[in-house]
Formats: sequence, C-alpha cells, structure tokens
Amino acid sequence: MISTPSKRKALTVRPLKTSQSVGAVLAFQGLAGAMPLLHGSQGCSAFTKVFFVRHFREPIPIQTTAMDQTSTIMGADDNLMEALGTIASQSGAGIIGVIATGLSATQGCDLNRVIRHFRQSHPQWDHLPIIPVDAPDFTGSQESGYALALEALVEHLLPTRPWSERNTQKRINVLANASLTPGDLDELRDLLAAFGLEAAFLPDLSDALDGHLDERDFLPVTTGGTPLTFFDSFHEAQATLVIGRSLLATAVRIQTRCRQMPIWHFDHLMGLDVTDRLVTELCRLTRTVQAPARVERWRRQMLDAMLDSHFYLGEKRIAIAGEGDLVTGFHQLFREMGAYTCVAVVPRPLAPLEGLSVTVGDLDDLETLAIRERAELLVGNSQLAETAERLHLPLLRAGFPIFDRLGGFRQTRIGYRGGRDALFELCNVLLPFRPHGVSPYFSGLRPLLAPFGAVNDEQRMASIAGSSWSGHSGHG
Amino acid sequence: MKHSEITRLLDEPACQHNTPDKVACGKLKPGATAGGCSFDGAQITLFPISDAAHIVHGPIACAGSSWNGRGSLSSGPELHRLGLTTDLSEQEIIMGKGEKKLLFAIKTAVERWKPAAVFVYQTCIPALIGDDVESICRVASESFALPVIPVDAAGFYGTKNLGNRIAGETLMNHVVGTREPDPLPFHAGHRIHSINLVGEFNIAGEFWQVAPLLDELGIRVLCTLAGDTRFHELQGMHRADVTMLVCSKALINVARRLETQYGIPWFEGSFYGMRDTSEALRQIARLIGDPDLQRRTETLILREEQRLQESLRPWRARLQGKRALLYTGGVKSWSVVSALQDLGMTVVATGVKKSTQQDRERIQELMGEETLFIEEGKPRLMLDLFHRQRADVFIAGGRNMFTALKACLPFLDINQEREQAYAGYTGLLELARQLSITIHSPIWNRVRKPAPWLQTPCPPRRDG
Repeated sequence: MISTPSKRKALTVRPLKTSQSVGAVLAFQGLAGAMPLLHGSQGCSAFTKVFFVRHFREPIPIQTTAMDQTSTIMGADDNLMEALGTIASQSGAGIIGVIATGLSATQGCDLNRVIRHFRQSHPQWDHLPIIPVDAPDFTGSQESGYALALEALVEHLLPTRPWSERNTQKRINVLANASLTPGDLDELRDLLAAFGLEAAFLPDLSDALDGHLDERDFLPVTTGGTPLTFFDSFHEAQATLVIGRSLLATAVRIQTRCRQMPIWHFDHLMGLDVTDRLVTELCRLTRTVQAPARVERWRRQMLDAMLDSHFYLGEKRIAIAGEGDLVTGFHQLFREMGAYTCVAVVPRPLAPLEGLSVTVGDLDDLETLAIRERAELLVGNSQLAETAERLHLPLLRAGFPIFDRLGGFRQTRIGYRGGRDALFELCNVLLPFRPHGVSPYFSGLRPLLAPFGAVNDEQRMASIAGSSWSGHSGHG
Repeated sequence: MKHSEITRLLDEPACQHNTPDKVACGKLKPGATAGGCSFDGAQITLFPISDAAHIVHGPIACAGSSWNGRGSLSSGPELHRLGLTTDLSEQEIIMGKGEKKLLFAIKTAVERWKPAAVFVYQTCIPALIGDDVESICRVASESFALPVIPVDAAGFYGTKNLGNRIAGETLMNHVVGTREPDPLPFHAGHRIHSINLVGEFNIAGEFWQVAPLLDELGIRVLCTLAGDTRFHELQGMHRADVTMLVCSKALINVARRLETQYGIPWFEGSFYGMRDTSEALRQIARLIGDPDLQRRTETLILREEQRLQESLRPWRARLQGKRALLYTGGVKSWSVVSALQDLGMTVVATGVKKSTQQDRERIQELMGEETLFIEEGKPRLMLDLFHRQRADVFIAGGRNMFTALKACLPFLDINQEREQAYAGYTGLLELARQLSITIHSPIWNRVRKPAPWLQTPCPPRRDG
C-alpha cells in the first residue's frame, strides 16, 4: 500500500528528497578519473558539492557549465562546449559525465547533439568518453538519478558481446545501488574474496570515497573508482550481481548487451536470509559444498548478534525515512528480528513490499506519522536529529546526508558482518532510552513542541489526511 | 528579472573600484567555476530572519541539498531551518501548475506557523518558464494579510554576490521603512543610540559575544542583516543613527541606500580580532557624535583589551611566529589578517579573489609591501605556496579543508559553516585555542611518516 500525501501537499517541509542530478554525480564519483559536469547554473554544482563534502568529508570533483541570464534564454550550448573543452584540456579527466539539471532540461537542451558537435570540432578528444545523463530534479530522486547514470554508462561504454561459459576469470561484476556505502562494498569484496572471487564494482565508491589518505595530495578528478577497462572485460566475468530494485532497468540493459551472462538480481543484501541466498549462489558457482570457514564464522557471529539483540528489537515499532533501496533493506532486517516498520517515508513511489505501507513524503510527514503510529525508534539521515530530539526518540543514522557524525559513509550493514554490526548499532541507540524497560509513549492528544508559534494538532493530522491543493487526490 | 536590472545592480556607485572600465563581477567560465549562485546568495542573506517563512519555489535541487546548511543561530524562532520548498514536479512544470502550488504552499506555511512574513525565492526553472511569483505574492499578501515578499534571484542571474545584492535590494524596496521600531524598554542612565549591522550573520552565535558590550555602552542594535533577526526589526531599520557594514561588501547597496534615503551614515568594520573590534566600537561612537559615549567607549576598550591581553598570554607563547596561509573571500581577507597579527602570527599570503581594490589596499597597509596575493584558488597552487612559504597552518573555508588535510597540513575553517565563534574579544581567544589545537596536534608527525615496515627492513625469515 502506498499513500502519497506529498502529491496533495503544496509545501514540502524538511525535504527528504534530493535531486536526480545529485545521484548522477554520486555515480560518477565511483568512476576512476571522472569529472561530473552539471549543465545548469553554478548553484546546481555548488550545492551538490557541499552536500557530499559534508557527508564524505572528502574533496568532491564536480564542475558546472555556469549558465547565466543570457545563455539560459538564448541557449547554453556554447557553455557546454566551452566547459567540455576546459575540462578535457585542464583537468586530465579520463571520463566526463554531462548531467542535465532541471534548468537545462526545461530549456530543452539536447545533450547528445552538443556532444556530437563537440566531437566534430574537437577530434583531439575522440578517445575521451563523454557520457550524457538526463537527470533533471523535477522528477525522481537521488536514487533514480544514480540509476540513470549507470544506465547511461552501460549504454555508451558496454560493448555488445555474448558471454561464454568457458570464462576462466575468477571475477564477478557487481552493480551497486545508491544506498550502498563504501563500507558495504568493502564487505562484499571480502565475501567474494573468501570464495576466491574478485569483485569488479560499478561504480566503485569503495575505491574513491572510502576515506583513505591518498599518496597524491591533490587531484582535480576522482582519485579512484571503476576503471574504464571494466567495460571491455565485462563479459569475461563469471556472473553479474545487481543489487537494488532501483537498478532493475540497468540489469535488463546488461542482459541485452551481454547475452547469456548469468545475472543475479538482489533487492538488497541486508539480513540473514538474503545473505544466505547469496552465499548459496556463490557455493554453486565455485562448486563447493561448504562455504569457506571464515564465512561460516561470520554467519555464526550474526546468529549470535540476533540472539543478543532480539530482546531489544522484538516488537519494536520503527519509523524509517530514506531512498527505496535503503528502506527495502532495513525493512527486511527488521522483519527478521520481529520488529515492525510502522512508518516508511520515501522520496518517490516504490513498488509494493510485503508487510509495509509506504508514504511518499518529506521528513515532516515522517514526524507526523511517527507520532500517530507511536514509533519507538527512528532511522534516517542527519536531518532527523531534531525530530528525534523533539519526540524524545533514538535515531539510527542512515542514508544521505550524515553530517553530524564522523564516518557515516563507512557504515557497513550488508552481509553477515554488516548485519551483525547493524543490529548492535540499533540496540545501542535504543538502550539509553529505556532505563527502566518502558518505551516512551507519545499521546496523539498531547500538544507538540513546535519550533515556533502554536501548532494545531488537527491541522497536522489534516495535512496528511486530506486538504488537497490540486483538487485531485493522487493515490498511487 | 530583466538584464538591465541585473546590470544596474552590478553597477554599485558606493564601490570605490567601480570605474567605467572595470566591472566588479566578471563573466563566469564554464568548466572552471566554483561558488554558489544568486539564489544561494539571496538565501544566505535572508534566511536568518528566523520568524519569517522562507519558501523556495522550484524543483528539489535548490532546497533539497542546501537546507539547514548554515551556522547562523537564532535565539528564538527557527522557521529558517525548515527547508520549505514547493518541490515542483515534471507535470507541474509542464502544465504550469507551479503558481497555484506556490499560493497553496504560502497558505500552508501561514496557517501552520503563523510567521511574521513570508519570503518566496524564485529559482531557475520557474524563472525560465515564467511563473509570475510577484503576482502570487501580491495575491497572497492580500489574502492572508501579512507581508509576502518575492525574492527574484534565480541561480542563472549570476553569482552569489549578486544574490546578496538582490536580497538587499528586495529588503530596501519592500520592507525597510514599513513600520516604526518598537519603543525602548525601560533604561536608566545615559542616552540610547541605535545602529544597524549589515552583513552580520551570527555564525555559531558569535555576535552574542559582542552584543553585551554594545548594551553596556547603551547602543541598541535596531537590526542585524541578518543573523538572529526578526522581521519587524528590518522594517524599522530606517531609524538607526549609524550603519556598520560588517564583513560583506556584497550588501553595500543596503548601506548606501540607507544613507541616501534616510540620511544614516555608514562605515565598514569587522569584529574579528582585538584591534578591529576596538576600532569598530570607536567608529560607531565617532559617527554617532556623542562625546559622553566616546569617553565611555574608550574606557570599555581599555578594560577589554587589558583583560584579553592577560588571557591571551599563554596562547600567544604557543602561536608567536607561526606562519599562516590565508585563503578567504572578500573582507575577511583583511579582517582575519589583523586578528592573526593580534596573536603574534605572520600571514605569509592571503587570497584576494573576492576582495575589492579597497580591501587590497587595506591588506597592504597591514601586511606591508611584500604581501603575497593569491589571485586564484587553485588547490595545486595553494599547496605549492604553502610549502614554499614554510607556512604552519592553512586557514580557509570548509570546502578547502580537504585540500589541506589530504596534504597533511594543519587547517582552520574560517567560513560560514563553521561551529566556532570568533567574533569580538572573546572570539579571539577561541581563535587562538583552535589554531593551537591544529598546529600543535600530535597527529601530524605520524600521518606524514610512511608506514613503519617501509622505514625498517623486514627481519630475515627464519625458515628461509
């Protein structure tokens, strides 16, 4: 069941959503030597840069075509041409992602045509891949923008070449969705390595934004990530692992490019069941009866963590806000522990999930719903900290952005070890809030502490229940 | 906004460097541009008006990643931290439903928070497709009986600096002079004078370190533009005796118009560093022209400086002779120089990319003729300069932090997102403390050395 109060709401308060172009920029951060170029006004890239700098605490390469008054009206093709020339000649980029923002998309810019024109007039840069991504902010969200960038990369760089069963390469291609952290990718790499398999990630944030101190003190482009050779040797892998419901379309595209390639699609990798499935798949692939001893050990650790934490998590009512893939994964983890996802707020519609009713909305909706549903624990980004404080609820930080804690980007919550740690984390944020074993109770009748002025509870409830601004109630 | 209006805004008569052959803000270079857009500049200037609702009209990119991103603190309402936006969707843009949505958005905000006023920020896409934000604001203002103010500062109009000016212009056109200031609360003793502070953002609450001194002198801050500000204070700005332009040339148009329209004299000052804080207090007293105030100001300065010198002594011992590379924008380029010199430090070079001709002269006055100016903020160049100048600490805005840290250099964040309060006499102490923490941290030795096994050869293997 999906309800969408935001469709009937004229005013978004405390946004959960970030733009598609932000997601596309994130995808390019995981490519080696890349420079994402936002085709829009300079603010589009400045905001995105600050957003990621605060989250990763790393330098973020990004450029802008700096559209101004005149070029916005008269056409900004020259800006894009000039920007491409400047980046190609000055930054040493190995690949450029040209990302259309809401501004250039509304203007009607045809990225492909301008890039073609650039190719004709600058033949010296023929070898430099330039990938157009149409990721305006008036539709979708960070997750879909990220997926669009991956689709564009596959479309432009993956050669059509059938897969052969006689592959000898001990490699697995992994397409990682926007909610996987560099820590998650490291975890997955370890898991595959335990089977003697090498993981080739697209994109590889764990090689770029994993928070390492590089030998080189400054680079204008990304410091690491998926190399371009990934695409040429793509068909040599044993299989392709696609993680995330947001990447389904990308998986389909791969299937048409690389026929017969075994594609394992997982909605997420959180919780015991799904990790078991992946490990079984890996055993089958490597023709081993038993998983390697250390994987076995990790599993036993997770089982033990589940035993320890079920006292605290069982029957807990949890409210979560985040992108679809993140919510999907956490929902499964909660279910395995006997907890309920009583509120799930996402920035864009999500295909139905068993046992979950999803709301498309903002963090303000989350707050209202958390009160109504008597949530006991919040999961979401740093912007929820104040809500948590107001409602006297614990908060587990997850998603984007995490700026009020260090190392948010390192959080590892997938696989056995990530699952183990996620469970401990959930308990640890809960523990200080239940000194006598009684969970906090919030009456729906109680006047709320508002940031300013008197808040009418009925109005708050009305804001999610009805009062349509557009005259139609947009279900679904 | 028409191109002619933008050109007029860029042509600021009060700027000394504004000569016919030189225009302040040059054209942006695609592919090599950093810094925010006009919308960013406008929201920075106006968001600290914390009892007003600030609605960003556009799709999600403008508010989605920037909301609640600044360190400007409020002592009361916090409406400015709500990230209000109309979050336009594709269908709404195509079908032209943005204006209607905006009207309902304003209605929602007014009913729910009862703000003192509503600011509506035009952004690129509604500006491009021609949403008539001004008319919507007029309609809303009449229907809801409160000021609804359009801020026409779409990102593509130009730089952040231009956005600051547009915001200032908007206030002068729509807000200032629309109400008399509240009567003074009971106050015994000396005469009370009123001032405006333009360009003071109360980052990390730092102005609260200066405010008690002004109170002691009987100087009432009629309005701060904008930090911990209430809407009605802006309305009464026209009744001040003096305007102090704090660290922001960008809002010079406000200071100038307050002078031409209301006869309020203004000066440019800073609360960073001991000498500058004292100088600012002196200037205020001088321009007000009350001999009694001037006498009391001198007494207060003497007392504060003595007290500060005493508490600075241990810090100065640790910072004396340390060399700083400074890269900040505009006025901060000189105001921070003087603060660092107060601590006995040497500034080996300073960024002047956003500084005016006047700022440069001031730096030269402070630092001497051999001053190194950094014209361009390219990370590579700054790192080379740092090493060549044997600097000890890199002082810049947060976005440069990782340039420094990746190169294993001590760093101090001086920009608007920081969490420390550096203004006033007390602020200089905090500055000294933070500088000392980073410069004397034990981590530097370790991070600059290669891993231990690379330093010493491996012991021979027994089984070999």
